Amino acid sequence: MSGFNKVVNSYEEAMAGLKDGMTVIAGGFGLCGIPENLIAQVKKMGTKDLTIVSNNCGVDGFGLGVLLEDRQVKKMVSSYVGENALFMKQLLAGELEVELTPQGTLAEKMRAGGAGIPAFYTATGYGTPVAEGKDVREFNGRNYILEESITGDFAIVKGWKADKFGNVVYRHTAQNFNPMAATAGKITVVEVEEIVEPGELDPAHIHTPGIYVDRLIVGTFEKRIEQRTVRT
Amino acid sequence: MALTREQIAIRVARELQDGFYVNLGIGIPTLVANYVPEGMEVMLQSENGLLGMGQFPTEDEIDADMINAGKQTVTTVTGASIFSSAESFAMIRGGHVDLTVLGAFEVDTSGNIASYMIPGKLIKGMGGAMDLVAGADNIIVTMTHASKHGESKLLTKCSLPLTGAGCIKKVLTDLAYIEIEDGAFILKERAPGVSVEEIVSKTEGKMIVPDHVPEMVF
Repeated sequence: MSGFNKVVNSYEEAMAGLKDGMTVIAGGFGLCGIPENLIAQVKKMGTKDLTIVSNNCGVDGFGLGVLLEDRQVKKMVSSYVGENALFMKQLLAGELEVELTPQGTLAEKMRAGGAGIPAFYTATGYGTPVAEGKDVREFNGRNYILEESITGDFAIVKGWKADKFGNVVYRHTAQNFNPMAATAGKITVVEVEEIVEPGELDPAHIHTPGIYVDRLIVGTFEKRIEQRTVRT
Repeated sequence: MALTREQIAIRVARELQDGFYVNLGIGIPTLVANYVPEGMEVMLQSENGLLGMGQFPTEDEIDADMINAGKQTVTTVTGASIFSSAESFAMIRGGHVDLTVLGAFEVDTSGNIASYMIPGKLIKGMGGAMDLVAGADNIIVTMTHASKHGESKLLTKCSLPLTGAGCIKKVLTDLAYIEIEDGAFILKERAPGVSVEEIVSKTEGKMIVPDHVPEMVF
Protein backbone atom coordinates (compact mmCIF):
# COMPACT_ATOMS: atom_id res chain seq x y z
CA MET A 1 0.00 0.00 0.00
CA SER A 2 1.36 3.38 -0.86
CA GLY A 3 -1.18 5.29 1.26
CA PHE A 4 0.40 8.61 2.03
CA ASN A 5 3.76 7.76 0.52
CA LYS A 6 4.52 10.60 -1.94
CA VAL A 7 7.95 9.41 -3.04
CA VAL A 8 8.66 9.08 -6.76
CA ASN A 9 11.89 7.65 -8.08
CA SER A 10 12.66 9.65 -11.20
CA TYR A 11 12.46 13.24 -12.33
CA GLU A 12 10.45 12.07 -15.37
CA GLU A 13 7.83 10.75 -12.98
CA ALA A 14 8.07 13.88 -10.83
CA MET A 15 7.11 16.19 -13.70
CA ALA A 16 4.84 13.81 -15.64
CA GLY A 17 1.77 15.58 -16.98
CA LEU A 18 3.39 18.96 -17.56
CA LYS A 19 2.07 20.28 -20.85
CA ASP A 20 2.55 23.28 -23.13
CA GLY A 21 0.79 26.41 -21.93
CA MET A 22 0.62 25.43 -18.27
CA THR A 23 1.31 27.67 -15.29
CA VAL A 24 4.14 26.63 -13.00
CA ILE A 25 4.74 28.21 -9.60
CA ALA A 26 8.34 27.91 -8.47
CA GLY A 27 9.78 28.45 -5.01
CA GLY A 28 13.11 30.16 -4.42
CA PHE A 29 14.56 33.62 -3.97
CA GLY A 30 17.40 34.48 -6.31
CA LEU A 31 19.26 31.17 -6.57
CA CYS A 32 18.53 30.29 -2.94
CA GLY A 33 16.13 27.43 -2.36
CA ILE A 34 15.32 26.86 -6.02
CA PRO A 35 14.14 23.45 -7.26
CA GLU A 36 17.13 23.19 -9.57
CA ASN A 37 16.63 19.59 -10.69
CA LEU A 38 12.91 20.04 -11.35
CA ILE A 39 13.74 23.10 -13.45
CA ALA A 40 16.35 21.06 -15.31
CA GLN A 41 13.69 18.42 -15.95
CA VAL A 42 11.34 21.03 -17.44
CA LYS A 43 14.17 22.09 -19.74
CA LYS A 44 14.77 18.49 -20.73
CA MET A 45 11.07 17.98 -21.50
CA GLY A 46 11.09 21.04 -23.76
CA THR A 47 7.61 22.11 -22.65
CA LYS A 48 6.68 25.44 -24.26
CA ASP A 49 4.51 28.50 -23.68
CA LEU A 50 4.85 28.21 -19.93
CA THR A 51 3.74 30.88 -17.50
CA ILE A 52 6.23 30.81 -14.65
CA VAL A 53 5.39 32.41 -11.32
CA SER A 54 8.56 32.95 -9.33
CA ASN A 55 10.13 35.87 -7.51
CA ASN A 56 13.09 35.88 -9.92
CA CYS A 57 14.07 34.20 -13.16
CA GLY A 58 17.41 32.71 -12.17
CA VAL A 59 20.56 33.88 -13.89
CA ASP A 60 21.97 33.21 -17.33
CA GLY A 61 22.61 29.48 -17.50
CA PHE A 62 21.28 28.51 -14.08
CA GLY A 63 17.95 28.19 -12.31
CA LEU A 64 14.90 29.33 -14.26
CA GLY A 65 17.27 31.16 -16.62
CA VAL A 66 17.85 27.86 -18.46
CA LEU A 67 14.20 27.78 -19.58
CA LEU A 68 14.75 30.98 -21.54
CA GLU A 69 17.45 29.39 -23.69
CA ASP A 70 14.95 27.40 -25.77
CA ARG A 71 12.19 29.99 -25.37
CA GLN A 72 10.07 27.77 -23.15
CA VAL A 73 8.69 30.69 -21.18
CA LYS A 74 5.81 32.76 -22.51
CA LYS A 75 5.29 34.84 -19.41
CA MET A 76 7.03 35.47 -16.09
CA VAL A 77 5.26 36.73 -13.00
CA SER A 78 8.08 38.06 -10.82
CA SER A 79 9.10 40.91 -8.56
CA TYR A 80 12.69 41.30 -9.73
CA VAL A 81 14.36 40.13 -12.90
CA GLY A 82 17.52 42.22 -12.94
CA GLU A 83 20.12 39.46 -12.84
CA ASN A 84 19.52 37.98 -16.23
CA ALA A 85 20.83 39.33 -19.55
CA LEU A 86 18.92 36.85 -21.73
CA PHE A 87 15.71 37.74 -19.91
CA MET A 88 16.24 41.44 -20.68
CA LYS A 89 17.01 40.67 -24.30
CA GLN A 90 13.86 38.59 -24.82
CA LEU A 91 11.75 41.09 -22.93
CA LEU A 92 12.96 44.08 -24.92
CA ALA A 93 12.49 42.09 -28.16
CA GLY A 94 8.88 41.35 -27.20
CA GLU A 95 9.50 37.58 -27.09
CA LEU A 96 8.65 37.35 -23.42
CA GLU A 97 5.92 38.88 -21.29
CA VAL A 98 6.56 39.90 -17.73
CA GLU A 99 4.08 40.84 -15.05
CA LEU A 100 6.08 42.70 -12.44
CA THR A 101 4.47 42.02 -9.09
CA PRO A 102 5.57 43.43 -5.74
CA GLN A 103 7.37 40.78 -3.72
CA GLY A 104 4.96 40.78 -0.78
CA THR A 105 1.96 40.80 -3.11
CA LEU A 106 3.46 37.86 -4.98
CA ALA A 107 3.95 35.88 -1.78
CA GLU A 108 0.41 36.72 -0.68
CA LYS A 109 -1.04 35.82 -4.10
CA MET A 110 0.45 32.34 -3.73
CA ARG A 111 -0.60 32.04 -0.11
CA ALA A 112 -4.15 33.16 -0.89
CA GLY A 113 -4.32 30.92 -3.96
CA GLY A 114 -3.37 27.91 -1.87
CA ALA A 115 -5.83 28.91 0.85
CA GLY A 116 -8.83 29.23 -1.46
CA ILE A 117 -9.01 33.01 -1.24
CA PRO A 118 -9.59 34.39 -4.75
CA ALA A 119 -8.43 37.96 -4.12
CA PHE A 120 -7.39 40.39 -1.40
CA TYR A 121 -6.97 44.12 -0.88
CA THR A 122 -3.54 45.59 -0.21
CA ALA A 123 -2.08 49.09 0.03
CA THR A 124 1.00 47.89 -1.83
CA GLY A 125 1.08 49.37 -5.31
CA TYR A 126 -1.73 51.88 -4.86
CA GLY A 127 -1.05 54.90 -7.09
CA THR A 128 1.65 53.04 -9.05
CA PRO A 129 1.68 51.23 -12.42
CA VAL A 130 0.82 48.02 -10.55
CA ALA A 131 -2.63 49.44 -9.74
CA GLU A 132 -3.63 49.98 -13.37
CA GLY A 133 -6.98 48.37 -14.12
CA LYS A 134 -7.43 47.12 -10.57
CA ASP A 135 -10.35 47.82 -8.26
CA VAL A 136 -9.58 50.44 -5.59
CA ARG A 137 -11.40 50.54 -2.29
CA GLU A 138 -11.06 52.70 0.77
CA PHE A 139 -10.89 51.18 4.24
CA ASN A 140 -10.51 53.45 7.29
CA GLY A 141 -9.43 56.39 5.15
CA ARG A 142 -6.74 54.56 3.22
CA ASN A 143 -6.79 53.29 -0.37
CA TYR A 144 -6.19 49.65 -1.25
CA ILE A 145 -6.09 47.76 -4.54
CA LEU A 146 -7.65 44.39 -5.27
CA GLU A 147 -5.11 41.72 -6.14
CA GLU A 148 -6.18 38.32 -7.46
CA SER A 149 -4.58 35.21 -6.06
CA ILE A 150 -2.54 32.71 -8.08
CA THR A 151 -2.73 28.97 -8.46
CA GLY A 152 -0.62 26.82 -10.75
CA ASP A 153 -1.07 23.65 -12.75
CA PHE A 154 2.19 22.65 -11.11
CA ALA A 155 4.14 23.96 -8.15
CA ILE A 156 7.82 23.08 -7.95
CA VAL A 157 9.40 23.36 -4.54
CA LYS A 158 12.81 22.85 -2.93
CA GLY A 159 12.88 21.54 0.65
CA TRP A 160 15.65 20.38 2.94
CA LYS A 161 14.22 17.26 4.54
CA ALA A 162 10.90 15.54 4.15
CA ASP A 163 9.39 12.35 5.42
CA LYS A 164 7.81 9.95 2.95
CA PHE A 165 4.38 11.43 3.66
CA GLY A 166 5.58 14.75 2.22
CA ASN A 167 5.94 16.67 5.46
CA VAL A 168 8.64 19.17 4.54
CA VAL A 169 11.20 21.21 6.47
CA TYR A 170 13.17 24.02 4.80
CA ARG A 171 16.68 25.06 5.69
CA HIS A 172 17.51 28.65 6.69
CA THR A 173 16.48 31.32 4.19
CA ALA A 174 16.05 28.69 1.48
CA GLN A 175 12.50 28.64 2.85
CA ASN A 176 11.47 31.95 1.19
CA PHE A 177 8.60 31.39 -1.29
CA ASN A 178 8.64 27.60 -1.07
CA PRO A 179 5.93 27.09 1.57
CA MET A 180 3.42 29.28 -0.31
CA ALA A 181 4.30 27.75 -3.67
CA ALA A 182 3.73 24.30 -2.16
CA THR A 183 0.14 25.16 -1.30
CA ALA A 184 -0.76 26.67 -4.66
CA GLY A 185 -0.15 23.88 -7.18
CA LYS A 186 -2.80 21.53 -8.55
CA ILE A 187 0.14 19.15 -8.59
CA THR A 188 2.84 20.06 -6.09
CA VAL A 189 6.23 18.47 -6.60
CA VAL A 190 8.84 18.79 -3.87
CA GLU A 191 12.50 17.91 -4.21
CA VAL A 192 14.60 17.59 -1.06
CA GLU A 193 18.11 16.77 0.07
CA GLU A 194 17.01 13.93 2.33
CA ILE A 195 13.93 11.74 2.73
CA VAL A 196 13.34 10.22 6.15
CA GLU A 197 10.79 7.86 7.64
CA PRO A 198 7.51 9.27 8.99
CA GLY A 199 7.97 10.04 12.68
CA GLU A 200 11.57 11.18 12.34
CA LEU A 201 10.65 14.85 11.95
CA ASP A 202 9.11 16.70 14.89
CA PRO A 203 5.45 17.25 13.91
CA ALA A 204 5.55 20.72 15.48
CA HIS A 205 8.48 21.75 13.29
CA ILE A 206 6.98 20.86 9.90
CA HIS A 207 6.87 23.88 7.57
CA THR A 208 4.78 22.29 4.82
CA PRO A 209 2.35 19.56 5.90
CA GLY A 210 2.15 16.61 3.55
CA ILE A 211 -1.45 17.34 2.57
CA TYR A 212 -0.12 19.91 0.09
CA VAL A 213 2.44 17.58 -1.48
CA ASP A 214 1.66 15.23 -4.37
CA ARG A 215 5.10 14.01 -5.38
CA LEU A 216 8.38 13.92 -3.50
CA ILE A 217 11.84 13.18 -4.81
CA VAL A 218 15.33 13.24 -3.37
CA GLY A 219 18.03 15.00 -5.38
CA THR A 220 21.52 16.44 -5.22
CA PHE A 221 21.99 20.17 -5.51
CA GLU A 222 24.65 22.53 -6.77
CA LYS A 223 23.33 25.43 -4.63
CA ARG A 224 25.08 28.12 -6.60
CA ILE A 225 25.72 31.35 -4.68
CA GLU A 226 24.70 34.55 -6.43
CA GLN A 227 26.51 37.13 -4.27
CA ARG A 228 29.36 35.58 -2.35
CA THR A 229 30.11 38.10 0.39
CA VAL A 230 32.55 37.45 3.23
CA ARG A 231 33.92 39.50 6.09
CA THR A 232 37.63 39.94 6.40
CA MET B 1 30.85 69.41 1.18
CA ALA B 2 28.26 66.90 0.15
CA LEU B 3 27.93 63.98 2.53
CA THR B 4 29.86 60.82 1.77
CA ARG B 5 28.04 57.50 1.66
CA GLU B 6 29.36 56.76 5.13
CA GLN B 7 28.16 60.12 6.49
CA ILE B 8 24.69 59.47 5.07
CA ALA B 9 24.68 56.14 6.90
CA ILE B 10 25.91 57.78 10.12
CA ARG B 11 23.16 60.41 9.95
CA VAL B 12 20.46 57.77 9.36
CA ALA B 13 21.82 55.73 12.27
CA ARG B 14 21.00 58.64 14.58
CA GLU B 15 17.31 57.84 13.95
CA LEU B 16 17.71 54.36 15.42
CA GLN B 17 16.27 53.55 18.82
CA ASP B 18 17.01 50.72 21.20
CA GLY B 19 14.76 47.76 20.41
CA PHE B 20 13.98 48.82 16.84
CA TYR B 21 13.26 46.29 14.11
CA VAL B 22 14.76 47.82 10.98
CA ASN B 23 14.67 47.03 7.27
CA LEU B 24 17.64 48.36 5.30
CA GLY B 25 17.51 48.52 1.51
CA ILE B 26 20.31 47.74 -0.90
CA GLY B 27 23.23 50.21 -1.29
CA ILE B 28 23.81 53.06 1.15
CA PRO B 29 21.01 51.92 3.52
CA THR B 30 22.94 48.68 4.11
CA LEU B 31 25.84 50.73 5.52
CA VAL B 32 23.62 51.98 8.37
CA ALA B 33 24.20 48.62 10.08
CA ASN B 34 27.85 49.64 10.59
CA TYR B 35 26.90 52.67 12.70
CA VAL B 36 24.46 51.33 15.28
CA PRO B 37 25.37 53.30 18.44
CA GLU B 38 27.31 51.46 21.13
CA GLY B 39 25.06 49.72 23.65
CA MET B 40 21.96 49.95 21.44
CA GLU B 41 20.25 46.82 20.18
CA VAL B 42 18.48 46.78 16.84
CA MET B 43 17.40 43.80 14.79
CA LEU B 44 17.69 43.88 11.02
CA GLN B 45 14.86 42.47 8.92
CA SER B 46 15.63 41.04 5.51
CA GLU B 47 12.50 40.68 3.44
CA ASN B 48 13.29 37.29 1.94
CA GLY B 49 12.48 35.93 5.39
CA LEU B 50 14.98 36.75 8.14
CA LEU B 51 14.74 38.81 11.32
CA GLY B 52 18.08 39.23 13.04
CA MET B 53 20.51 39.47 10.14
CA GLY B 54 24.16 39.33 11.19
CA GLN B 55 27.39 40.26 9.47
CA PHE B 56 28.83 38.64 6.38
CA PRO B 57 30.15 35.13 7.02
CA THR B 58 33.78 34.08 7.16
CA GLU B 59 34.93 31.78 4.35
CA ASP B 60 34.23 28.84 6.68
CA GLU B 61 30.74 30.02 7.56
CA ILE B 62 29.48 30.62 4.01
CA ASP B 63 26.19 28.84 3.45
CA ALA B 64 24.24 29.00 0.18
CA ASP B 65 20.99 28.64 2.15
CA MET B 66 21.68 31.72 4.25
CA ILE B 67 21.28 34.93 2.26
CA ASN B 68 19.78 38.40 2.63
CA ALA B 69 17.39 40.33 0.41
CA GLY B 70 20.36 41.50 -1.68
CA LYS B 71 21.14 37.81 -2.30
CA GLN B 72 24.39 38.22 -0.35
CA THR B 73 25.61 35.49 1.97
CA VAL B 74 25.01 36.53 5.59
CA THR B 75 24.87 35.15 9.11
CA THR B 76 22.27 35.43 11.85
CA VAL B 77 22.56 37.12 15.25
CA THR B 78 21.62 35.41 18.50
CA GLY B 79 17.85 35.50 18.79
CA ALA B 80 17.21 35.61 15.06
CA SER B 81 14.22 33.97 13.39
CA ILE B 82 13.70 32.68 9.87
CA PHE B 83 10.35 32.38 8.11
CA SER B 84 8.59 32.38 4.77
CA SER B 85 8.36 35.39 2.47
CA ALA B 86 4.62 35.64 3.19
CA GLU B 87 5.33 35.89 6.91
CA SER B 88 8.07 38.40 6.19
CA PHE B 89 5.76 40.67 4.24
CA ALA B 90 3.02 40.26 6.82
CA MET B 91 5.48 41.94 9.22
CA ILE B 92 6.10 44.68 6.68
CA ARG B 93 2.50 45.22 5.54
CA GLY B 94 1.18 44.95 9.06
CA GLY B 95 3.33 47.89 10.13
CA HIS B 96 5.46 45.89 12.57
CA VAL B 97 8.81 47.13 11.27
CA ASP B 98 9.91 50.26 13.18
CA LEU B 99 12.13 51.85 10.54
CA THR B 100 12.67 51.31 6.83
CA VAL B 101 15.58 52.88 4.95
CA LEU B 102 15.68 52.72 1.18
CA GLY B 103 17.04 54.50 -1.87
CA ALA B 104 15.16 56.34 -4.63
CA PHE B 105 15.55 57.95 -8.05
CA GLU B 106 13.04 60.72 -7.27
CA VAL B 107 10.74 61.94 -4.52
CA ASP B 108 8.18 64.73 -4.68
CA THR B 109 6.37 67.19 -2.45
CA SER B 110 3.32 64.90 -2.26
CA GLY B 111 5.43 62.20 -0.62
CA ASN B 112 5.52 60.10 -3.78
CA ILE B 113 8.58 57.97 -4.48
CA ALA B 114 9.98 56.57 -7.74
CA SER B 115 12.71 53.99 -7.26
CA TYR B 116 12.24 50.96 -9.43
CA MET B 117 11.88 51.70 -13.09
CA ILE B 118 13.29 53.95 -15.79
CA PRO B 119 11.04 53.25 -18.79
CA GLY B 120 12.95 52.04 -21.82
CA LYS B 121 16.20 51.79 -19.88
CA LEU B 122 15.93 49.71 -16.80
CA ILE B 123 13.34 46.99 -16.35
CA LYS B 124 14.32 45.11 -13.26
CA GLY B 125 11.31 45.20 -11.00
CA MET B 126 10.31 46.58 -7.66
CA GLY B 127 11.26 43.62 -5.48
CA GLY B 128 9.92 44.39 -2.02
CA ALA B 129 10.14 48.18 -2.30
CA MET B 130 6.43 48.75 -3.02
CA ASP B 131 5.46 46.67 0.00
CA LEU B 132 7.98 48.44 2.21
CA VAL B 133 6.89 51.98 1.32
CA ALA B 134 3.19 51.09 1.58
CA GLY B 135 3.53 49.15 4.82
CA ALA B 136 5.96 51.17 6.89
CA ASP B 137 5.07 54.33 8.74
CA ASN B 138 8.62 55.41 9.52
CA ILE B 139 10.61 55.52 6.27
CA ILE B 140 13.84 57.35 5.50
CA VAL B 141 14.76 57.71 1.84
CA THR B 142 18.47 58.11 1.11
CA MET B 143 19.46 59.53 -2.26
CA THR B 144 21.63 62.05 -4.05
CA HIS B 145 20.00 65.47 -4.20
CA ALA B 146 20.63 66.00 -7.90
CA SER B 147 21.89 63.99 -10.87
CA LYS B 148 25.46 64.25 -12.13
CA HIS B 149 24.16 66.81 -14.60
CA GLY B 150 22.69 68.89 -11.78
CA GLU B 151 19.04 67.96 -12.36
CA SER B 152 17.04 67.93 -9.15
CA LYS B 153 15.63 64.65 -7.86
CA LEU B 154 13.39 66.44 -5.34
CA LEU B 155 10.46 67.38 -7.49
CA THR B 156 6.98 68.88 -7.58
CA LYS B 157 5.87 65.68 -9.27
CA CYS B 158 7.86 62.51 -9.88
CA SER B 159 8.51 61.96 -13.60
CA LEU B 160 9.22 58.22 -13.31
CA PRO B 161 6.70 55.44 -12.52
CA LEU B 162 5.91 55.49 -8.81
CA THR B 163 6.91 52.92 -6.24
CA GLY B 164 4.47 54.38 -3.76
CA ALA B 165 2.05 57.29 -3.48
CA GLY B 166 1.98 59.73 -0.58
CA CYS B 167 4.08 57.58 1.72
CA ILE B 168 7.40 59.42 2.18
CA LYS B 169 7.92 61.94 4.98
CA LYS B 170 11.71 61.90 5.52
CA VAL B 171 14.49 62.26 2.96
CA LEU B 172 18.23 62.37 3.55
CA THR B 173 20.26 63.48 0.55
CA ASP B 174 23.96 64.13 0.22
CA LEU B 175 23.16 67.81 0.82
CA ALA B 176 20.33 67.96 3.35
CA TYR B 177 17.90 66.30 5.68
CA ILE B 178 14.37 67.15 4.59
CA GLU B 179 10.88 66.36 5.78
CA ILE B 180 7.80 66.40 3.57
CA GLU B 181 4.75 68.08 5.01
CA ASP B 182 1.61 69.64 3.50
CA GLY B 183 2.90 69.52 -0.06
CA ALA B 184 6.34 70.98 0.53
CA PHE B 185 9.89 70.00 1.39
CA ILE B 186 10.90 71.40 4.78
CA LEU B 187 14.65 71.95 5.02
CA LYS B 188 15.62 70.63 8.44
CA GLU B 189 19.41 70.21 8.33
CA ARG B 190 22.18 70.87 5.85
CA ALA B 191 25.41 69.01 5.17
CA PRO B 192 28.53 70.65 6.65
CA GLY B 193 29.62 73.59 4.51
CA VAL B 194 26.63 73.37 2.14
CA SER B 195 24.67 76.61 1.85
CA VAL B 196 20.91 76.94 2.02
CA GLU B 197 21.10 78.63 -1.39
CA GLU B 198 22.78 75.63 -2.97
CA ILE B 199 20.17 73.26 -1.54
CA VAL B 200 17.30 75.49 -2.68
CA SER B 201 18.80 75.85 -6.16
CA LYS B 202 19.06 72.06 -6.48
CA THR B 203 15.49 71.46 -5.27
CA GLU B 204 12.87 71.70 -8.01
CA GLY B 205 9.84 71.17 -5.73
CA LYS B 206 8.54 73.80 -3.31
CA MET B 207 10.89 74.11 -0.35
CA ILE B 208 10.23 75.82 2.95
CA VAL B 209 13.37 77.15 4.63
CA PRO B 210 13.08 77.84 8.37
CA ASP B 211 14.97 80.82 9.84
CA HIS B 212 17.63 78.56 11.23
CA VAL B 213 18.85 75.46 9.38
CA PRO B 214 21.43 73.68 11.52
CA GLU B 215 24.51 72.12 10.00
CA MET B 216 24.97 68.42 10.58
CA VAL B 217 27.90 67.59 12.83
CA PHE B 218 30.05 64.52 12.30
